[in-house]
Amino acid sequence: MKLNELKAWELLELLKKREISSKEILDDVYERIENRQNINAYISLLKGYAYKRAAKADEAYANGEVKGKITGIPIAIKDNITVKGYTTTCGSRILENYVAPYDATVIKKIEKENGIMIGKANMDEFAMGSSTETSYFGPTLNPHNPECIPGGSSGGSAAAVADNQTILALGSDTGGSIRQPAALCGVVGMKPTYGLVSRYGLVAFASSLDQIGPITKDVKDAALLLNIIAGADANDSTSVNFNVPDYLDGIDEGINGVKIGIPKEYFIDGMDEEIKDRINKVIELLKQEGAVFDDTSLPHTEYAVADYYILAPSEASSNLSRYDGVKYGFRADLDKNNDDLISMYFKTRAEGFGDEVKRRILLGTYALSSGYYDAYYLKAQKVRTLMKQDFEKAFEKFDVLITATSPTPAFKIGEKINNPLQMYLSDIFTISVNLAGIPAISIPAGKTKSGLPIGVQFMAKHFNEKQLLRIAYAAEQIILKGDL
Amino acid sequence: MEWETVIGLEVHVQLNTKTKIFCNCSTEFGAEPNTHICPVCTGQPGVLPVLNEEVLEKSIMAALALNCKISEFSKFDRKQYFYPDLPKGYQISQFKYPIAEHGYLDIKVDGKEKRIGITRLHMEEDAGKLIHAESANIPYSYVDLNRAGVPLAEIVSEPDMRSPQEAYQYLMLLKNRLRYAGVSDCNMEEGSLRCDANVSIRPKGEKEFGVKTEIKNMNSFKAVEKALTYEIKRQIRAKEEGEKIIQETRLWNADREVTVSMRSKEEAHDYRYFPEPDLVPIIVDNKTVTELKNRLPEMPDIKAKRYVEEYGLPEYNAEVITMEKEIADFYEKCIALYNNYKTVSNWIMSELLQYLNKNKKNLNELDKFTVENFTALVKAVDNNVITGKVGKELLIEVIENGINPDKYIEEKGLKQISDTSEIENFIEEVINAEPEAVEKYKKGKKQIIGFLVGQVMKKSRGKANPKIVNQLMAKKLEEV
Repeated sequence: MKLNELKAWELLELLKKREISSKEILDDVYERIENRQNINAYISLLKGYAYKRAAKADEAYANGEVKGKITGIPIAIKDNITVKGYTTTCGSRILENYVAPYDATVIKKIEKENGIMIGKANMDEFAMGSSTETSYFGPTLNPHNPECIPGGSSGGSAAAVADNQTILALGSDTGGSIRQPAALCGVVGMKPTYGLVSRYGLVAFASSLDQIGPITKDVKDAALLLNIIAGADANDSTSVNFNVPDYLDGIDEGINGVKIGIPKEYFIDGMDEEIKDRINKVIELLKQEGAVFDDTSLPHTEYAVADYYILAPSEASSNLSRYDGVKYGFRADLDKNNDDLISMYFKTRAEGFGDEVKRRILLGTYALSSGYYDAYYLKAQKVRTLMKQDFEKAFEKFDVLITATSPTPAFKIGEKINNPLQMYLSDIFTISVNLAGIPAISIPAGKTKSGLPIGVQFMAKHFNEKQLLRIAYAAEQIILKGDL
Repeated sequence: MEWETVIGLEVHVQLNTKTKIFCNCSTEFGAEPNTHICPVCTGQPGVLPVLNEEVLEKSIMAALALNCKISEFSKFDRKQYFYPDLPKGYQISQFKYPIAEHGYLDIKVDGKEKRIGITRLHMEEDAGKLIHAESANIPYSYVDLNRAGVPLAEIVSEPDMRSPQEAYQYLMLLKNRLRYAGVSDCNMEEGSLRCDANVSIRPKGEKEFGVKTEIKNMNSFKAVEKALTYEIKRQIRAKEEGEKIIQETRLWNADREVTVSMRSKEEAHDYRYFPEPDLVPIIVDNKTVTELKNRLPEMPDIKAKRYVEEYGLPEYNAEVITMEKEIADFYEKCIALYNNYKTVSNWIMSELLQYLNKNKKNLNELDKFTVENFTALVKAVDNNVITGKVGKELLIEVIENGINPDKYIEEKGLKQISDTSEIENFIEEVINAEPEAVEKYKKGKKQIIGFLVGQVMKKSRGKANPKIVNQLMAKKLEEV
């Protein structure tokens, strides 16, 4: 068996026993990446850096001085997280050659635990998209069917994990960008509570919704990675001072007696029947293992997509103002006789951003304009509060809620790219979680008849990742045993 | 028709913190371009602001010095516009929930007190600056981001001022109070205080406001007064000639001493304010406010009033002495040692301040100068131990060389001569040496006595009691 096909926790055991080396893992990972370039999971590779770090890791194992929690384990980084000295493109032409002058907080944490960054993963431009098709560097393909999209926006990270082109990966989730591609690629993806993981160094899309999280091969690896990246950060005022528990500790304590709510708004017409049936099947299996189910309601769910497409673009229109051609990144070629400051802005932003990014900047600029602010942004904030209250109420009764992650399996490349509304609806089951700021995880629940992965999502209340991971782990084992 | 002027001021003061408002870069002025910068204040992708606690403290102190009510809950917002000196494409400011509101200052104009309302005080970050090429052939400009992220407090007044003089007094008091609070240098020439004015006129007695213009680019306190005076005249002339005043921004041109239209309301920005999602709301409890309030010294105008009431100082003296906190503190130390309040104030005003002005120095730069020596000197003159003239000369020694006046007077024999026989000897000598002057005196040119007295003072090396010299000289000349 190739080492790149193993999970991080399996590799760590082998490394500790010195049966394998970090270098050997890297060899297998990079060989796979080389052989599967068509998947286009990465925008850039950090090979030189990775092998240097691997040599150090192997030295530590040899000397018995291993300090880090993931010493020698490869990890792919979504290309909207800064790594000092390397490009951070956000999948955009406007940052094509941008070299970050500083490390994101999560990167520092991974380095401290001796994880090895192997490459920057492909993504929808500025994380705006659900298919990784809006990347300036071309779409990523779904490893399960190269005619299909891998989901998005963290499509590169999810495809890399699914295709064994990495062991671990980091993604970012603003409206489902970790969970939806994880579901569509058949891997585990988790969005932590807003404020659990520092956003310092995550290039902002929608600041009040963005959160970094793990994309991994199984729940145990997700807990392992969350252990590393969680925690308050002095550089991020919105990170919460929270006593982070060990998420691996007690992860196998089972699901007996756990109360799970089934929100009726997540079983809608127009949703893929195979997926609906699969979620019901999962519910049956969990029931057999002692979980207690009941129906519940999140009455404001129907406003989620509309609400999100006011708030997220509003913040994005502001966050993306800094890409103006003045300080860094792309600047359009200018005619010094005819062009002035305004035409520099116009040309740079016209040529530097893709269509979807421009669409959202326009939406957001409009929503924040004087005279429209109250009707759009302010109203949307109020709806957001109502949605939060829906969840708070539900979590008075339930430990977690269960839903499908995506209403459909992976769709064909090009199928929705010219129909933004259809595209936006593929996040219909994931968006509410971001608006409420709660944690949620997507785990694989087998495949469709045509061989495309299905994801099941669990949501929990704020900072309840520990229980969420424990339930997800149990569900994962039950689903595997159930042979779906 | 009689017109009434309505003026409101928007003042930006730079808070004198060591580091910028949202990062750890230095706020030092005058460094090489782009040396006090970091990923945060240059707006790199992915960075986040973190509020500098010192900025919050100094803003609260500034607000308290302006009698504002501190908000228990306040927030930052983004003010959005494109300009190359604004690295993020938005300025982090406070729009909806400022840190403080509802303040006032009691100014004095023509001996009458008047209350000027302060609408709000809020925190924000400064922008960088553009450096334009000297030659028109160079098709680009440079950006210096050293100033980007330097903390500012914006203070908005109510439209309560009715003349340029009131605006000037408001600004001066605001400056003096903030300097006392120790939160800003408030130096307009160096840009640590900037002021924009909203001006309109209306027929006297009218309740409705007229159409206002906003005046910018006033670079000194005097310029504010001049620009307002000009703008009011311009508006009155326009009205009387039947023209409409249009709502616009006008720039003060200091060379031509006129205001010039910059942009009209239609061209104004839509700043698309919205709450800054990267910063959490600011909650200030009563305890913090009380603590900061206790840190504030007595304010200059309150102090001046007290000097008049407690020490019987003339209002003018009280105002001059309290203008700078350093001077007022010095004064209070002096009068603790010697309670001739008025004499001490006169010495500070006419001698010490003059020395400081002439030598362009601050009091704290005079490292050999002590309260004790200064007070001893004033006392020596006051008690007729030395003459005023000797006293003034000795002050230089006290300031520059830190001499002990009592000892020095003793050692150098500088005591005032009041012994009439000794003085008579000097007079004798002078009369003998200046027969021409004496002759002129006798022919009726009485004022020449001043010259002869001066000669006596010179001979006594300034030590002779001038009163006695005058008396004796007059007597002697009549006798000759």
